[in-house]
Amino acid sequence: MPDSPDAHIDGSTVPWSSSNDFDLTVDGRSRRVRGSWLGETLLYVLRERLGLPGSKNACEQGECGSCSVLLDDVVVCSCLILAADAQGCTIRTVEGLSASGDAADVQDAMVRCGAVQCGFCTPGLVVAIYDLLRHSPDATDMEIRESLSGNLCRCTGYGRIFEAVREVQRGRSCARL
Amino acid sequence: MPGSSGMTTRTRTTGLGKSELRPDGIPKVRGEFAFSSDLWMDAMLWGHTLRSPHVSARIRSVDLRPALAIPGVRAAIAASDVPGRPTFGLEVADQPVFASDVVRYHGEPIAAVAADHPETARLAARAVLVEYELVEPVVDAEVALRSDPLHPDGNLFRHVRIRHGDPGIVGDVVVEGTYEVGMQDQAFLGPESGLAVPGEDGGVDLYIATQWLHVDRDQIAASLGLPASLVRLHLAGVGGAFGGREDVSLQIHLCLLALRCGRPVKMVYSREESFFGHVHRHPAKMWYRHHADYAGNLVKVEARLVLDGGAYLSSSNAVVSNAACFAPGPYRVANATIDAYAVRTNNPPCGAMRGFGSVQVCYGHEAQMDKLAAALHVDPVDLRLRNALRRYDRMITGQVLTGVVPVREVIEAAVGLPMPSGRCLEDPALSLPGGAGLSADVSDVSRGVGVAVSFKNIAYSEGFDDYASARVRLESDDSANVTATVFIATAEVGQGFVTLAGQIIAEELGPFGVVLAQANTSDVGSAGSSSASRQTWMSGGALMLACAAVRHILSERAASELDEPAAAVAYDTGELRSTVSGRRVTAAELLISGPIDVEEVYHHRPTMALDADGQGDAHLSLMFAAHRAVVDVDRGLGLVKVVQVSTGQDVGRALNPLAVTGQIEGGIAQGIGLAVMEEIILDEGRVRNASFTDYLIPTSLDMPDVLATLIEQPEPEAPFGAKGVGEPPTISSGPAVLAAIRAATGLELTRAPVRPEHIALSDGIHTVSDPSEDRSSMLAGDNAGL
Amino acid sequence: MALAVPSTLDEAIDAVAGAPDAQLLAGGTDFCVQVSFGLRRPTGVVSLRRVDDLRGWSADSDTITIGASTTYTAMIEQLTGLLPALAGAARSVGSPQIRNMGTLGGNVATASPAGDTLPVLLGLDARVGLAGTTGRRSVALHDLVTGPKRTSMLPGEIIVDVTTRRPRGPQHFLKVGTRNAMVISIASAAVGIDPEAETVSCALGSVGPVPLRAPQAEAFAASEIDWAAMTASDSALARFGSLAASEASPIDDHRSSAAYRRAAVAVIAERGLRRCLRDAG
Repeated sequence: MPDSPDAHIDGSTVPWSSSNDFDLTVDGRSRRVRGSWLGETLLYVLRERLGLPGSKNACEQGECGSCSVLLDDVVVCSCLILAADAQGCTIRTVEGLSASGDAADVQDAMVRCGAVQCGFCTPGLVVAIYDLLRHSPDATDMEIRESLSGNLCRCTGYGRIFEAVREVQRGRSCARL
Repeated sequence: MPGSSGMTTRTRTTGLGKSELRPDGIPKVRGEFAFSSDLWMDAMLWGHTLRSPHVSARIRSVDLRPALAIPGVRAAIAASDVPGRPTFGLEVADQPVFASDVVRYHGEPIAAVAADHPETARLAARAVLVEYELVEPVVDAEVALRSDPLHPDGNLFRHVRIRHGDPGIVGDVVVEGTYEVGMQDQAFLGPESGLAVPGEDGGVDLYIATQWLHVDRDQIAASLGLPASLVRLHLAGVGGAFGGREDVSLQIHLCLLALRCGRPVKMVYSREESFFGHVHRHPAKMWYRHHADYAGNLVKVEARLVLDGGAYLSSSNAVVSNAACFAPGPYRVANATIDAYAVRTNNPPCGAMRGFGSVQVCYGHEAQMDKLAAALHVDPVDLRLRNALRRYDRMITGQVLTGVVPVREVIEAAVGLPMPSGRCLEDPALSLPGGAGLSADVSDVSRGVGVAVSFKNIAYSEGFDDYASARVRLESDDSANVTATVFIATAEVGQGFVTLAGQIIAEELGPFGVVLAQANTSDVGSAGSSSASRQTWMSGGALMLACAAVRHILSERAASELDEPAAAVAYDTGELRSTVSGRRVTAAELLISGPIDVEEVYHHRPTMALDADGQGDAHLSLMFAAHRAVVDVDRGLGLVKVVQVSTGQDVGRALNPLAVTGQIEGGIAQGIGLAVMEEIILDEGRVRNASFTDYLIPTSLDMPDVLATLIEQPEPEAPFGAKGVGEPPTISSGPAVLAAIRAATGLELTRAPVRPEHIALSDGIHTVSDPSEDRSSMLAGDNAGL
Repeated sequence: MALAVPSTLDEAIDAVAGAPDAQLLAGGTDFCVQVSFGLRRPTGVVSLRRVDDLRGWSADSDTITIGASTTYTAMIEQLTGLLPALAGAARSVGSPQIRNMGTLGGNVATASPAGDTLPVLLGLDARVGLAGTTGRRSVALHDLVTGPKRTSMLPGEIIVDVTTRRPRGPQHFLKVGTRNAMVISIASAAVGIDPEAETVSCALGSVGPVPLRAPQAEAFAASEIDWAAMTASDSALARFGSLAASEASPIDDHRSSAAYRRAAVAVIAERGLRRCLRDAG
């Protein structure tokens, strides 16, 4: 790739090469990724290289939402992003949302409303619900269903998850008054 | 509360019956809860499995050398590398750890590798050279019954034969039908994964997501050729189970690799591999003939049930027994002739999934009840009420039902709940069948209502030595804070036993700090499996016994401290009081002399094997549920939207109503899934849809509103009066949906899941009678006339 | 050599030219699945994420041109007024997360028979703008997609944009799947009418090796519609659906059967035309 302008990664084509290093901006910090193979997804790098296993590996094909993160403030599946291609982007994970407290009411409501059972889909839902209510604080029941339709949950049947979203909406609308 | 009252009864400010919150809730919502796939160690290697691309084959050779030649690969193993028993299995060890000479299903493990990067491991597994000689597979259970054995153990796993009453009796009205249920997958979200760490003592520590630590341990130890004491299992965070983690998947492979490499090895299945890595729900073909008298009393039920168990036994023997015992549904019938078969084929192995044999037959018996109602020109709800099992009735196994049997109550509750008011107005397009595809207009849609009722056993049946162990350590620190540490090997798979354990401690001991030790095989005996809706009863019972033993020891210490007879000492939420002198001593004071540490084992009442006629007191207790489903059907496209499911469920006592609600809603989602979308598609034994792109489970836009009424009639034998709650929601919810689709379309629809073509391409085969006005009003509950 | 992240189209073209084996990466929603499932092992990738030239859309009186990097979400948010059927198709794609990543150019380049936007684009006689070392060219979508997941794109070419004619009447997209969200289509149809030209367009997805038009059905409907009243007889509408179905060439696979797909096409084509007439009437 001789003429490519930036983010040029040298390295061999084998996954065990240790020369593929780059930086990612995760939860407000610059993190060095060392020895990554080109085929590694952002999900893999977060989980296995950066010690951030909060984003979950349920399907690795964008069909479940368990790995949801915010990439440049947009909710995406981190399993569908090549890690190296996320250089220069702002990445926020469930761990980052937890540390900042930005999703605290979402997280509290999920626990209180019984939206958590096995919990594997939960981090992705926290990110998705946080994103939904940021853009649509007054989302209707149907908007909630559509917005969360990319986050599969096998345990709860979604009922308590919807209740948690409404609980956050009630809490925030009281706070606005 | 300690020292705060002179009440003579124990105060219960927290404990059972309240919706306490999960202790693992906060870490789970923060992404800090460690699931089995989140584990990590320095110098950890990655394992990968090579699986057969063929359904049926002889293996001529396996050459691991090309894999080992890849830089970064640390081990490659196959059947000849298994030092101990070459096979495993829950009931009978009939399944090879690695296929050595014969491949019996698509995806059977052939070899495993460990490498320093998961992609390297995947490449290495692919590099293993295997020579196969293809063999014609047997993929039809009926054919398998007549075929040459696919395995030294033969093709018939088990025939359960029930002969009850007069086999020759004939009813005034007879209805007959043949039904089919497809292969459902548990589709838990956390794929199989674990981390094996070799020990300096030659043993191994395995951190694993499973439903039953101790039975995994025993199977692993046998194949490793190690004593069980050197195989230590630790429960890692479990991302759902639903039966799919009852069998061994990657456990033995991981331990073998770790011991071979002398380094920790982690393995995480992809979603695709997960579909090959665990057993599924048995597909079933069911023939039924129901006899009734003109008054609508069931006279006889005849059934022939064939369950495809796939290539290996797993828990097929117990599944087929359930199918046979529960074949008529929760109805009184004096005569029954049931033949149920579980058969070996070259399809993927089938075993435990939520509902365990009851789900399949419920599709049959409930369709039959609707047929019978139509033939008798009676309301289907009335017919069910008329025949509903009652306490002290006999099952077709001859067993007298001595527990609570609120079948009438669950039916009345389900049909008594309000009907949906109408279509969602805010975005009608998305709420119609087809959802986001916007394929239907309101005028294309018709609505139907259906009801189904089910029952199932709690815990293990047929004389199985079913028990659970629990250990409680009570100690006090320097500031007189008392902590109860619970050691219990109960697999928390999401159901909320961890919440219940704290509630039981609060109820039985008092407001102490509670620490739940990580479940393992070292610190406490087996708790049995988190399956069969049994842990509230079994592990709850064990914990209750352990708490009683703690109280007993405290009483003895108090008697000594107070210098009074033990009989005069009463336990009162954290302190002990003399009923003679009124003097008190706190638990903290009594623990100064040392902690109390007790382990107790709970056994339920022994059950019996079924005899040659399928008769015997085989079951401990039964749980009952009824579901009413309201569906919208786009007849032109055959698409279905489930609008509402209402249910009445027999729970004994709701120890945590919020958790019960979660089990009900989640179980209904899985029931609906089987009714309208979930099926592993096989093509001559080959799995065609091993992904979440093509194995569809309900999304938030597919899930209906759920209304539930809990029927709380404490079960006399059960600890705390509580029955299990996990399985019933999954059993009759799907059959209710199917009945509702029949009502909306007038089609017979004998197969689950219903595919769009079954509706859209139907040539107009109608049920015995069209859905009538009075029938819908009965089902609606507003004019039920019950 | 592994990853190039150009920021202009020219840089992107150069990057691809220098690495013929490199994969173009847009939203990643197809590509990364193939990597994760071990179906593809990338050795070089040219990411189009930062190429501003591929973003945005513009419209004139006759045409609408949409940049290849336009996401499904952007189509829903920005094009519902101009191209409602395209927005509807975009809304039916995958999940919100997928719609935030997946792009129009990616949908075209993947060339899946089930690509949800393709029938809409085909019905609007879309042309695809391509750029390579030899310059720019424009190819009709119909000619670009040559088979299941196959295109006539030349090595080194990049999809720049997609240009459709500006609809002069209603167009509806209907998709059949066995789940209410996040599902790959079993059959889809984009049906539109042009009351000025008195023509009908009907394009079908998932019922052939490539998305296809149903010209006989289109011509039949155009002749049967009472363009003054914006009505057609029930029998004509049904016949339109049957003709569309007869022009499909569906297959049996693990998602559905050919027979069902054909029947479904008849239903959704008819419904689509009914909706168009209702809107225009």
